[in-house]
Amino acid sequence: MTTLALNLRGRPAGRPGALGLGVSTLWLSLIVLLPLAAVVARSTEGGLDAFWSAVSSRQAVSALRFTLLVSLVTTLINAVTGTLIAWILVRDRFRGQRVVNALIDLPFALPTIVAGLTLLALYGPTSPVGIDVAFTQFAVLLALLFVTLPFVIRAVQPVLIELDREMEEAALSLGANARTVFLRVILPNLVPAILSGAALAFARAVGEFGSIVLISGNIPFETQVASMFIFKQIESDNPIGAAAISVVLLALSLVVLIGIRGLGRWGARHDRR
Amino acid sequence: MTADRRWRIGLRALGLGYLALLLLIPIGVVFYRTFENGLGAVYDSVTTPAAISAFSLTLTVTAIAVPLNTIFGVLCALALARGRFRGKALLNAIIDLPFAISPVVVGLALILVFGRGGWLGDLPFQVIFSVPGIVLATIFISVPFVVREVTPVLKEVGDEQEQAAATLGAGRWQSFWRITLPSIRWGVAYGVVLSVARCIGEFGAVSVVSGKISGETETLTLLVEKRFQNFDLAGAYAASALLAFIALATLLAMTMINPRRDDA
Repeated sequence: MTTLALNLRGRPAGRPGALGLGVSTLWLSLIVLLPLAAVVARSTEGGLDAFWSAVSSRQAVSALRFTLLVSLVTTLINAVTGTLIAWILVRDRFRGQRVVNALIDLPFALPTIVAGLTLLALYGPTSPVGIDVAFTQFAVLLALLFVTLPFVIRAVQPVLIELDREMEEAALSLGANARTVFLRVILPNLVPAILSGAALAFARAVGEFGSIVLISGNIPFETQVASMFIFKQIESDNPIGAAAISVVLLALSLVVLIGIRGLGRWGARHDRR
Repeated sequence: MTADRRWRIGLRALGLGYLALLLLIPIGVVFYRTFENGLGAVYDSVTTPAAISAFSLTLTVTAIAVPLNTIFGVLCALALARGRFRGKALLNAIIDLPFAISPVVVGLALILVFGRGGWLGDLPFQVIFSVPGIVLATIFISVPFVVREVTPVLKEVGDEQEQAAATLGAGRWQSFWRITLPSIRWGVAYGVVLSVARCIGEFGAVSVVSGKISGETETLTLLVEKRFQNFDLAGAYAASALLAFIALATLLAMTMINPRRDDA
Protein backbone atom coordinates (compact mmCIF):
# COMPACT_ATOMS: atom_id res chain seq x y z
CA MET A 1 0.00 0.00 0.00
CA THR A 2 2.84 2.33 0.81
CA THR A 3 4.36 1.95 -2.63
CA LEU A 4 1.00 2.49 -4.22
CA ALA A 5 0.44 5.69 -2.28
CA LEU A 6 3.97 6.81 -3.03
CA ASN A 7 3.51 6.10 -6.68
CA LEU A 8 0.27 7.98 -6.80
CA ARG A 9 1.73 10.96 -5.06
CA GLY A 10 4.95 10.72 -7.03
CA ARG A 11 3.00 10.43 -10.24
CA PRO A 12 3.47 13.74 -11.91
CA ALA A 13 -0.03 15.13 -12.07
CA GLY A 14 0.95 17.69 -14.62
CA ARG A 15 4.16 16.20 -15.98
CA PRO A 16 3.12 15.07 -19.44
CA GLY A 17 1.26 18.34 -19.40
CA ALA A 18 4.39 20.21 -18.33
CA LEU A 19 6.45 18.99 -21.29
CA GLY A 20 3.49 19.66 -23.56
CA LEU A 21 3.06 23.12 -22.13
CA GLY A 22 6.70 24.04 -22.73
CA VAL A 23 6.73 22.77 -26.31
CA SER A 24 3.35 24.31 -27.10
CA THR A 25 4.29 27.70 -25.79
CA LEU A 26 7.56 27.71 -27.71
CA TRP A 27 5.93 26.49 -30.95
CA LEU A 28 3.03 28.94 -30.78
CA SER A 29 5.35 31.81 -29.94
CA LEU A 30 7.61 31.13 -32.90
CA ILE A 31 5.01 30.18 -35.48
CA VAL A 32 1.98 32.28 -34.55
CA LEU A 33 2.77 35.05 -32.07
CA LEU A 34 6.06 36.37 -33.43
CA PRO A 35 4.68 37.05 -36.94
CA LEU A 36 1.47 38.56 -35.60
CA ALA A 37 3.45 40.74 -33.19
CA ALA A 38 5.42 41.96 -36.20
CA VAL A 39 2.20 43.02 -37.95
CA VAL A 40 0.99 44.96 -34.93
CA ALA A 41 4.36 46.48 -34.01
CA ARG A 42 5.37 47.46 -37.54
CA SER A 43 1.98 48.86 -38.53
CA THR A 44 2.87 52.11 -36.74
CA GLU A 45 6.46 52.19 -37.99
CA GLY A 46 5.75 55.26 -40.07
CA GLY A 47 4.18 57.03 -37.11
CA LEU A 48 0.57 57.21 -35.95
CA ASP A 49 -0.28 59.70 -38.68
CA ALA A 50 0.84 57.29 -41.38
CA PHE A 51 -1.15 54.53 -39.69
CA TRP A 52 -4.24 56.68 -39.61
CA SER A 53 -3.94 57.87 -43.19
CA ALA A 54 -3.46 54.26 -44.38
CA VAL A 55 -6.56 53.12 -42.51
CA SER A 56 -8.70 56.10 -43.45
CA SER A 57 -7.83 56.34 -47.15
CA ARG A 58 -10.98 56.29 -49.28
CA GLN A 59 -10.12 52.96 -50.89
CA ALA A 60 -9.32 51.30 -47.55
CA VAL A 61 -12.52 52.53 -45.93
CA SER A 62 -14.56 51.39 -48.91
CA ALA A 63 -12.92 47.94 -48.90
CA LEU A 64 -13.45 47.55 -45.13
CA ARG A 65 -17.06 48.71 -45.37
CA PHE A 66 -17.87 46.31 -48.21
CA THR A 67 -16.14 43.45 -46.37
CA LEU A 68 -18.19 44.06 -43.22
CA LEU A 69 -21.43 44.40 -45.13
CA VAL A 70 -21.03 41.33 -47.31
CA SER A 71 -19.84 39.28 -44.31
CA LEU A 72 -22.90 40.31 -42.31
CA VAL A 73 -25.24 39.36 -45.15
CA THR A 74 -23.40 36.03 -45.52
CA THR A 75 -23.77 35.39 -41.80
CA LEU A 76 -27.49 36.15 -41.78
CA ILE A 77 -28.19 33.90 -44.76
CA ASN A 78 -26.09 31.17 -43.15
CA ALA A 79 -28.01 31.40 -39.90
CA VAL A 80 -31.24 30.63 -41.76
CA THR A 81 -30.08 28.12 -44.38
CA GLY A 82 -27.70 26.44 -41.92
CA THR A 83 -30.47 25.82 -39.42
CA LEU A 84 -32.75 24.59 -42.20
CA ILE A 85 -30.17 22.15 -43.58
CA ALA A 86 -29.24 20.90 -40.10
CA TRP A 87 -32.94 20.28 -39.53
CA ILE A 88 -33.24 18.29 -42.76
CA LEU A 89 -30.19 16.22 -41.88
CA VAL A 90 -31.40 15.38 -38.36
CA ARG A 91 -35.21 15.25 -38.43
CA ASP A 92 -35.97 14.31 -42.02
CA ARG A 93 -35.40 10.92 -43.66
CA PHE A 94 -34.63 10.61 -47.35
CA ARG A 95 -32.46 8.55 -49.67
CA GLY A 96 -28.90 9.75 -49.97
CA GLN A 97 -29.06 11.58 -46.66
CA ARG A 98 -25.70 10.23 -45.51
CA VAL A 99 -24.02 11.31 -48.75
CA VAL A 100 -25.48 14.80 -48.37
CA ASN A 101 -24.27 14.86 -44.78
CA ALA A 102 -20.73 13.97 -45.85
CA LEU A 103 -20.77 16.51 -48.68
CA ILE A 104 -21.53 19.37 -46.27
CA ASP A 105 -17.84 19.39 -45.30
CA LEU A 106 -16.73 19.74 -48.92
CA PRO A 107 -16.20 23.52 -48.69
CA PHE A 108 -13.73 22.86 -45.84
CA ALA A 109 -11.87 20.21 -47.81
CA LEU A 110 -11.87 21.94 -51.18
CA PRO A 111 -9.05 24.46 -51.76
CA THR A 112 -10.48 27.97 -51.81
CA ILE A 113 -9.05 28.79 -55.24
CA VAL A 114 -10.88 25.74 -56.61
CA ALA A 115 -14.07 26.92 -54.88
CA GLY A 116 -13.80 30.23 -56.73
CA LEU A 117 -13.09 28.54 -60.05
CA THR A 118 -16.00 26.16 -59.46
CA LEU A 119 -18.49 28.98 -58.92
CA LEU A 120 -17.09 30.80 -61.93
CA ALA A 121 -17.69 27.72 -64.09
CA LEU A 122 -21.43 27.85 -63.41
CA TYR A 123 -22.04 31.53 -62.70
CA GLY A 124 -19.31 33.16 -64.81
CA PRO A 125 -18.81 34.25 -68.43
CA THR A 126 -18.64 30.65 -69.68
CA SER A 127 -21.77 29.60 -67.79
CA PRO A 128 -23.67 26.77 -69.51
CA VAL A 129 -26.97 28.24 -68.27
CA GLY A 130 -26.23 31.81 -69.28
CA ILE A 131 -26.04 33.31 -65.78
CA ASP A 132 -23.02 35.61 -65.51
CA VAL A 133 -22.54 37.37 -62.20
CA ALA A 134 -18.71 37.44 -62.31
CA PHE A 135 -17.04 40.64 -61.04
CA THR A 136 -20.15 41.80 -59.15
CA GLN A 137 -20.80 42.19 -55.43
CA PHE A 138 -23.22 39.29 -55.70
CA ALA A 139 -20.36 37.07 -56.88
CA VAL A 140 -18.43 37.90 -53.70
CA LEU A 141 -21.49 36.98 -51.63
CA LEU A 142 -21.79 33.70 -53.52
CA ALA A 143 -18.14 32.82 -52.84
CA LEU A 144 -18.51 33.63 -49.14
CA LEU A 145 -21.71 31.56 -48.88
CA PHE A 146 -19.84 28.64 -50.44
CA VAL A 147 -16.85 28.67 -48.09
CA THR A 148 -18.86 29.33 -44.91
CA LEU A 149 -21.61 26.78 -45.61
CA PRO A 150 -20.58 24.16 -42.99
CA PHE A 151 -20.21 26.39 -39.92
CA VAL A 152 -23.83 26.85 -38.79
CA ILE A 153 -24.88 23.38 -39.96
CA ARG A 154 -22.12 21.67 -37.99
CA ALA A 155 -22.81 23.79 -34.91
CA VAL A 156 -26.57 23.18 -34.89
CA GLN A 157 -26.60 19.51 -35.88
CA PRO A 158 -25.29 17.99 -32.61
CA VAL A 159 -27.61 20.18 -30.51
CA LEU A 160 -30.59 19.12 -32.59
CA ILE A 161 -29.64 15.44 -32.20
CA GLU A 162 -29.39 15.79 -28.42
CA LEU A 163 -32.57 17.82 -28.13
CA ASP A 164 -35.16 16.20 -25.90
CA ARG A 165 -38.21 15.26 -27.99
CA GLU A 166 -40.41 15.02 -24.92
CA MET A 167 -40.56 18.78 -24.65
CA GLU A 168 -41.95 19.03 -28.17
CA GLU A 169 -44.42 16.21 -27.59
CA ALA A 170 -45.60 17.88 -24.40
CA ALA A 171 -46.13 21.16 -26.26
CA LEU A 172 -48.01 19.38 -29.05
CA SER A 173 -50.23 17.50 -26.60
CA LEU A 174 -51.07 20.82 -24.94
CA GLY A 175 -52.41 22.04 -28.27
CA ALA A 176 -49.47 23.94 -29.74
CA ASN A 177 -49.20 23.77 -33.52
CA ALA A 178 -45.96 22.91 -35.33
CA ARG A 179 -45.11 26.58 -35.85
CA THR A 180 -45.45 27.40 -32.16
CA VAL A 181 -43.41 24.34 -31.19
CA PHE A 182 -40.63 25.41 -33.52
CA LEU A 183 -40.60 29.05 -32.43
CA ARG A 184 -41.16 28.55 -28.69
CA VAL A 185 -39.54 25.19 -27.95
CA ILE A 186 -36.98 24.20 -30.58
CA LEU A 187 -35.54 27.52 -31.70
CA PRO A 188 -34.69 28.85 -28.21
CA ASN A 189 -32.65 25.69 -27.63
CA LEU A 190 -30.77 26.17 -30.88
CA VAL A 191 -29.99 29.87 -30.53
CA PRO A 192 -26.58 29.52 -28.79
CA ALA A 193 -25.41 27.03 -31.43
CA ILE A 194 -26.73 29.16 -34.30
CA LEU A 195 -24.97 32.22 -32.89
CA SER A 196 -21.63 30.51 -32.38
CA GLY A 197 -21.75 28.93 -35.85
CA ALA A 198 -22.70 32.28 -37.34
CA ALA A 199 -19.86 34.02 -35.51
CA LEU A 200 -17.35 31.51 -36.92
CA ALA A 201 -18.80 32.05 -40.38
CA PHE A 202 -18.50 35.81 -39.93
CA ALA A 203 -14.85 35.58 -38.83
CA ARG A 204 -14.08 33.40 -41.83
CA ALA A 205 -15.94 35.68 -44.26
CA VAL A 206 -14.14 38.82 -43.08
CA GLY A 207 -10.72 37.33 -43.86
CA GLU A 208 -11.59 35.26 -46.92
CA PHE A 209 -9.26 35.58 -49.89
CA GLY A 210 -8.74 32.51 -52.09
CA SER A 211 -12.31 31.96 -53.24
CA ILE A 212 -12.77 35.66 -54.04
CA VAL A 213 -9.60 36.24 -56.09
CA LEU A 214 -10.91 34.96 -59.40
CA ILE A 215 -14.57 35.82 -59.12
CA SER A 216 -14.56 39.37 -57.70
CA GLY A 217 -12.51 41.12 -60.37
CA ASN A 218 -11.09 43.23 -57.50
CA ILE A 219 -12.74 46.47 -58.64
CA PRO A 220 -11.84 49.27 -56.16
CA PHE A 221 -14.86 50.93 -54.50
CA GLU A 222 -17.05 48.11 -55.75
CA THR A 223 -16.01 44.48 -55.34
CA GLN A 224 -12.67 44.95 -53.56
CA VAL A 225 -12.66 43.28 -50.14
CA ALA A 226 -10.21 44.07 -47.34
CA SER A 227 -8.00 41.02 -47.87
CA MET A 228 -7.66 41.83 -51.60
CA PHE A 229 -6.80 45.43 -50.72
CA ILE A 230 -4.08 44.22 -48.33
CA PHE A 231 -2.75 41.91 -51.03
CA LYS A 232 -2.54 44.79 -53.52
CA GLN A 233 -0.72 46.94 -50.95
CA ILE A 234 1.86 44.18 -50.46
CA GLU A 235 2.27 43.83 -54.23
CA SER A 236 2.85 47.56 -54.62
CA ASP A 237 5.58 47.26 -51.98
CA ASN A 238 3.72 49.01 -49.18
CA PRO A 239 3.86 46.35 -46.42
CA ILE A 240 3.55 48.93 -43.63
CA GLY A 241 0.28 50.31 -45.06
CA ALA A 242 -0.89 46.73 -45.52
CA ALA A 243 -0.04 46.06 -41.87
CA ALA A 244 -2.22 48.98 -40.76
CA ILE A 245 -5.33 47.56 -42.50
CA SER A 246 -4.39 44.11 -41.19
CA VAL A 247 -4.44 45.42 -37.62
CA VAL A 248 -8.04 46.52 -38.16
CA LEU A 249 -8.91 43.04 -39.49
CA LEU A 250 -7.03 41.38 -36.61
CA ALA A 251 -8.94 43.49 -34.09
CA LEU A 252 -12.20 42.41 -35.72
CA SER A 253 -11.18 38.73 -35.57
CA LEU A 254 -10.23 39.07 -31.90
CA VAL A 255 -13.56 40.65 -31.01
CA VAL A 256 -15.38 37.83 -32.78
CA LEU A 257 -13.23 35.15 -31.08
CA ILE A 258 -13.87 36.65 -27.65
CA GLY A 259 -17.56 36.87 -28.53
CA ILE A 260 -17.62 33.15 -29.43
CA ARG A 261 -16.03 32.23 -26.09
CA GLY A 262 -18.65 34.32 -24.31
CA LEU A 263 -21.40 32.60 -26.28
CA GLY A 264 -19.96 29.21 -25.45
CA ARG A 265 -20.08 30.03 -21.75
CA TRP A 266 -23.58 31.44 -22.08
CA GLY A 267 -24.74 28.34 -24.00
CA ALA A 268 -23.27 26.05 -21.33
CA ARG A 269 -24.58 28.07 -18.40
CA HIS A 270 -27.07 25.37 -17.44
CA ASP A 271 -24.49 22.57 -17.71
CA ARG A 272 -22.46 23.68 -14.71
CA ARG A 273 -23.40 22.06 -11.51
CA MET B 1 -50.57 15.04 -40.78
CA THR B 2 -50.68 15.83 -44.50
CA ALA B 3 -49.94 19.47 -43.82
CA ASP B 4 -46.99 18.36 -41.71
CA ARG B 5 -45.81 16.10 -44.54
CA ARG B 6 -46.18 18.90 -47.08
CA TRP B 7 -44.08 21.17 -44.87
CA ARG B 8 -41.47 18.49 -44.47
CA ILE B 9 -41.13 17.94 -48.21
CA GLY B 10 -41.13 21.67 -48.87
CA LEU B 11 -38.31 22.27 -46.40
CA ARG B 12 -36.38 19.33 -47.80
CA ALA B 13 -36.69 20.70 -51.33
CA LEU B 14 -35.61 24.14 -50.17
CA GLY B 15 -32.53 22.91 -48.30
CA LEU B 16 -31.42 20.44 -50.93
CA GLY B 17 -32.06 22.99 -53.69
CA TYR B 18 -29.80 25.48 -51.93
CA LEU B 19 -27.08 22.86 -51.59
CA ALA B 20 -27.42 21.86 -55.23
CA LEU B 21 -27.19 25.41 -56.56
CA LEU B 22 -24.30 26.42 -54.32
CA LEU B 23 -22.30 23.22 -54.09
CA LEU B 24 -23.19 20.25 -56.24
CA ILE B 25 -24.03 21.72 -59.65
CA PRO B 26 -20.96 24.01 -59.78
CA ILE B 27 -18.68 21.10 -58.90
CA GLY B 28 -20.43 18.92 -61.44
CA VAL B 29 -19.83 21.58 -64.10
CA VAL B 30 -16.12 21.74 -63.27
CA PHE B 31 -15.76 17.98 -63.59
CA TYR B 32 -17.74 18.04 -66.84
CA ARG B 33 -15.62 20.84 -68.27
CA THR B 34 -12.46 19.04 -67.20
CA PHE B 35 -13.26 15.80 -68.91
CA GLU B 36 -15.21 17.03 -71.95
CA ASN B 37 -12.02 17.00 -74.04
CA GLY B 38 -11.18 13.46 -73.02
CA LEU B 39 -8.92 11.90 -70.44
CA GLY B 40 -5.79 12.29 -72.58
CA ALA B 41 -5.92 16.07 -72.52
CA VAL B 42 -6.35 16.06 -68.75
CA TYR B 43 -3.45 13.68 -68.34
CA ASP B 44 -1.20 15.83 -70.53
CA SER B 45 -2.19 18.92 -68.61
CA VAL B 46 -1.39 17.53 -65.16
CA THR B 47 1.91 16.00 -66.27
CA THR B 48 3.61 19.08 -67.69
CA PRO B 49 6.93 19.79 -65.94
CA ALA B 50 5.39 22.84 -64.21
CA ALA B 51 2.45 20.79 -62.94
CA ILE B 52 4.64 17.95 -61.69
CA SER B 53 6.94 20.36 -59.92
CA ALA B 54 3.97 22.18 -58.39
CA PHE B 55 2.46 18.92 -57.18
CA SER B 56 5.71 17.71 -55.66
CA LEU B 57 6.29 21.06 -53.94
CA THR B 58 2.78 20.90 -52.46
CA LEU B 59 3.42 17.36 -51.21
CA THR B 60 6.85 18.28 -49.78
CA VAL B 61 5.46 21.26 -47.88
CA THR B 62 2.60 19.13 -46.55
CA ALA B 63 5.04 16.38 -45.53
CA ILE B 64 6.97 18.90 -43.42
CA ALA B 65 4.07 20.84 -41.94
CA VAL B 66 1.72 18.01 -40.97
CA PRO B 67 4.14 15.87 -38.86
CA LEU B 68 5.42 18.94 -37.02
CA ASN B 69 1.90 20.12 -36.24
CA THR B 70 0.88 16.59 -35.24
CA ILE B 71 3.65 16.33 -32.64
CA PHE B 72 2.90 19.83 -31.41
CA GLY B 73 -0.83 19.11 -31.49
CA VAL B 74 -0.63 15.99 -29.31
CA LEU B 75 1.69 17.65 -26.78
CA CYS B 76 -0.45 20.76 -26.66
CA ALA B 77 -3.61 18.70 -26.25
CA LEU B 78 -1.96 16.84 -23.34
CA ALA B 79 -1.16 20.16 -21.70
CA LEU B 80 -4.69 21.46 -22.23
CA ALA B 81 -6.48 18.30 -21.13
CA ARG B 82 -4.23 17.18 -18.25
CA GLY B 83 -2.26 20.17 -17.06
CA ARG B 84 -3.42 22.78 -14.62
CA PHE B 85 -1.74 26.12 -15.13
CA ARG B 86 -2.37 29.81 -15.31
CA GLY B 87 -3.08 31.23 -18.72
CA LYS B 88 -4.85 28.14 -20.05
CA ALA B 89 -7.67 30.24 -21.46
CA LEU B 90 -5.10 32.43 -23.21
CA LEU B 91 -3.35 29.39 -24.71
CA ASN B 92 -6.72 28.13 -25.91
CA ALA B 93 -7.47 31.44 -27.57
CA ILE B 94 -4.07 31.65 -29.27
CA ILE B 95 -4.52 28.19 -30.79
CA ASP B 96 -7.73 29.34 -32.47
CA LEU B 97 -6.11 32.46 -33.93
CA PRO B 98 -5.08 30.86 -37.25
CA PHE B 99 -8.76 29.99 -37.86
CA ALA B 100 -9.79 33.61 -37.46
CA ILE B 101 -7.01 35.38 -39.32
CA SER B 102 -7.07 36.18 -43.01
CA PRO B 103 -4.50 34.11 -44.91
CA VAL B 104 -3.24 37.30 -46.55
CA VAL B 105 -2.42 38.71 -43.12
CA VAL B 106 -0.49 35.51 -42.34
CA GLY B 107 1.59 36.00 -45.47
CA LEU B 108 2.13 39.67 -44.68
CA ALA B 109 3.19 38.81 -41.13
CA LEU B 110 5.90 36.50 -42.45
CA ILE B 111 7.11 39.21 -44.84
CA LEU B 112 7.33 41.67 -41.96
CA VAL B 113 9.46 39.21 -39.96
CA PHE B 114 11.61 37.57 -42.64
CA GLY B 115 11.39 39.97 -45.58
CA ARG B 116 13.66 42.85 -46.55
CA GLY B 117 14.04 45.14 -43.53
CA GLY B 118 12.16 42.65 -41.33
CA TRP B 119 12.92 41.63 -37.76
CA LEU B 120 14.82 38.56 -38.99
CA GLY B 121 15.43 39.92 -42.47
CA ASP B 122 19.14 39.06 -42.69
CA LEU B 123 19.16 35.32 -42.08
CA PRO B 124 21.85 33.48 -44.09
CA PHE B 125 19.17 31.82 -46.23
CA GLN B 126 16.18 33.23 -48.05
CA VAL B 127 12.75 32.70 -46.49
CA ILE B 128 10.40 34.98 -48.42
CA PHE B 129 9.88 34.10 -52.11
CA SER B 130 11.36 30.73 -51.31
CA VAL B 131 10.34 27.32 -49.96
CA PRO B 132 10.95 28.02 -46.22
CA GLY B 133 8.42 30.87 -46.38
CA ILE B 134 5.83 28.57 -47.96
CA VAL B 135 6.49 25.96 -45.26
CA LEU B 136 6.14 28.54 -42.44
CA ALA B 137 2.90 29.89 -43.92
CA THR B 138 1.49 26.38 -44.25
CA ILE B 139 2.46 25.44 -40.68
CA PHE B 140 0.81 28.63 -39.39
CA ILE B 141 -2.54 28.00 -41.02
CA SER B 142 -2.69 24.32 -40.00
CA VAL B 143 -1.72 24.76 -36.33
CA PRO B 144 -5.16 24.24 -34.73
CA PHE B 145 -6.44 21.05 -36.38
CA VAL B 146 -4.78 18.23 -34.41
CA VAL B 147 -5.04 20.09 -31.08
CA ARG B 148 -8.73 20.72 -31.57
CA GLU B 149 -9.49 17.10 -32.49
CA VAL B 150 -7.36 15.46 -29.78
CA THR B 151 -8.12 17.63 -26.72
CA PRO B 152 -11.79 16.54 -26.37
CA VAL B 153 -10.81 12.87 -26.85
CA LEU B 154 -8.20 13.12 -24.09
CA LYS B 155 -10.73 14.72 -21.76
CA GLU B 156 -13.26 12.01 -22.53
CA VAL B 157 -10.82 9.14 -22.03
CA GLY B 158 -9.72 10.44 -18.63
CA ASP B 159 -6.47 9.45 -16.97
CA GLU B 160 -7.47 6.45 -14.82
CA GLN B 161 -5.68 4.02 -17.09
CA GLU B 162 -2.54 6.13 -17.08
CA GLN B 163 -2.68 6.26 -13.28
CA ALA B 164 -3.10 2.50 -13.15
CA ALA B 165 -0.12 2.04 -15.46
CA ALA B 166 1.95 4.36 -13.29
CA THR B 167 1.10 2.40 -10.14
CA LEU B 168 2.19 -0.75 -11.96
CA GLY B 169 5.56 0.84 -12.60
CA ALA B 170 5.22 2.09 -16.16
CA GLY B 171 7.41 5.01 -17.10
CA ARG B 172 6.11 8.13 -18.76
CA TRP B 173 7.09 7.06 -22.28
CA GLN B 174 5.80 3.55 -21.82
CA SER B 175 2.49 4.85 -20.55
CA PHE B 176 2.26 7.34 -23.41
CA TRP B 177 3.00 4.82 -26.16
CA ARG B 178 0.96 1.93 -24.76
CA ILE B 179 -1.99 3.71 -23.17
CA THR B 180 -2.46 7.32 -24.16
CA LEU B 181 -1.61 7.14 -27.85
CA PRO B 182 -3.72 4.07 -28.67
CA SER B 183 -6.74 5.64 -26.99
CA ILE B 184 -6.48 8.87 -28.95
CA ARG B 185 -5.35 7.43 -32.28
CA TRP B 186 -8.59 8.05 -34.18
CA GLY B 187 -8.72 11.61 -32.95
CA VAL B 188 -5.14 12.10 -34.13
CA ALA B 189 -5.98 10.48 -37.47
CA TYR B 190 -8.95 12.80 -37.94
CA GLY B 191 -6.84 15.85 -37.14
CA VAL B 192 -4.12 14.69 -39.55
CA VAL B 193 -6.63 14.23 -42.38
CA LEU B 194 -8.01 17.73 -41.83
CA SER B 195 -4.47 19.17 -41.67
CA VAL B 196 -3.39 17.44 -44.87
CA ALA B 197 -6.42 18.75 -46.75
CA ARG B 198 -5.84 22.26 -45.46
CA CYS B 199 -2.09 22.21 -46.24
CA ILE B 200 -2.59 20.95 -49.79
CA GLY B 201 -5.32 23.49 -50.41
CA GLU B 202 -3.78 26.59 -48.85
CA PHE B 203 -3.72 29.50 -51.27
CA GLY B 204 -3.80 32.98 -49.71
CA ALA B 205 -0.88 32.82 -47.28
CA VAL B 206 1.28 30.89 -49.72
CA SER B 207 0.39 33.26 -52.55
CA VAL B 208 1.78 36.23 -50.59
CA VAL B 209 5.14 34.68 -49.65
CA SER B 210 5.88 32.41 -52.60
CA GLY B 211 6.94 34.81 -55.34
CA LYS B 212 5.29 32.32 -57.75
CA ILE B 213 8.41 31.23 -59.60
CA SER B 214 7.28 28.50 -61.98
CA GLY B 215 9.03 25.19 -61.29
CA GLU B 216 10.46 26.48 -58.00
CA THR B 217 8.01 28.12 -55.61
CA GLU B 218 4.73 27.40 -57.35
CA THR B 219 2.32 25.14 -55.49
CA LEU B 220 -0.65 23.37 -57.06
CA THR B 221 -3.17 26.00 -55.96
CA LEU B 222 -0.96 28.79 -57.34
CA LEU B 223 -0.74 26.88 -60.62
CA VAL B 224 -4.54 26.89 -60.85
CA GLU B 225 -4.59 30.66 -60.46
CA LYS B 226 -1.78 31.23 -62.97
CA ARG B 227 -3.35 29.01 -65.61
CA PHE B 228 -6.69 30.75 -65.16
CA GLN B 229 -5.12 34.15 -65.54
CA ASN B 230 -3.20 33.03 -68.64
CA PHE B 231 -6.53 32.02 -70.20
CA ASP B 232 -5.59 28.34 -70.00
CA LEU B 233 -9.05 27.38 -68.72
CA ALA B 234 -8.73 23.68 -69.56
CA GLY B 235 -5.42 23.53 -67.69
CA ALA B 236 -6.89 25.33 -64.68
CA TYR B 237 -9.84 22.94 -64.63
CA ALA B 238 -7.54 19.90 -64.87
CA ALA B 239 -5.40 21.04 -61.92
CA SER B 240 -8.59 21.91 -60.01
CA ALA B 241 -10.04 18.49 -60.69
CA LEU B 242 -6.91 16.94 -59.20
CA LEU B 243 -7.34 19.09 -56.07
CA ALA B 244 -11.06 18.29 -55.96
CA PHE B 245 -10.26 14.55 -56.05
CA ILE B 246 -7.96 15.04 -53.07
CA ALA B 247 -10.77 16.89 -51.29
CA LEU B 248 -13.24 14.08 -52.01
CA ALA B 249 -10.71 11.52 -50.75
CA THR B 250 -10.45 13.64 -47.59
CA LEU B 251 -14.21 13.52 -47.10
CA LEU B 252 -14.17 9.76 -47.58
CA ALA B 253 -11.40 9.39 -45.00
CA MET B 254 -13.35 11.62 -42.61
CA THR B 255 -16.54 9.58 -42.91
CA MET B 256 -14.55 6.38 -42.38
CA ILE B 257 -12.68 7.66 -39.32
CA ASN B 258 -15.61 9.42 -37.65
CA PRO B 259 -17.63 6.37 -36.44
CA ARG B 260 -14.48 4.65 -35.16
CA ARG B 261 -13.66 7.80 -33.30
CA ASP B 262 -17.00 7.55 -31.55
CA ASP B 263 -16.42 3.92 -30.48
CA ALA B 264 -12.94 4.59 -29.14
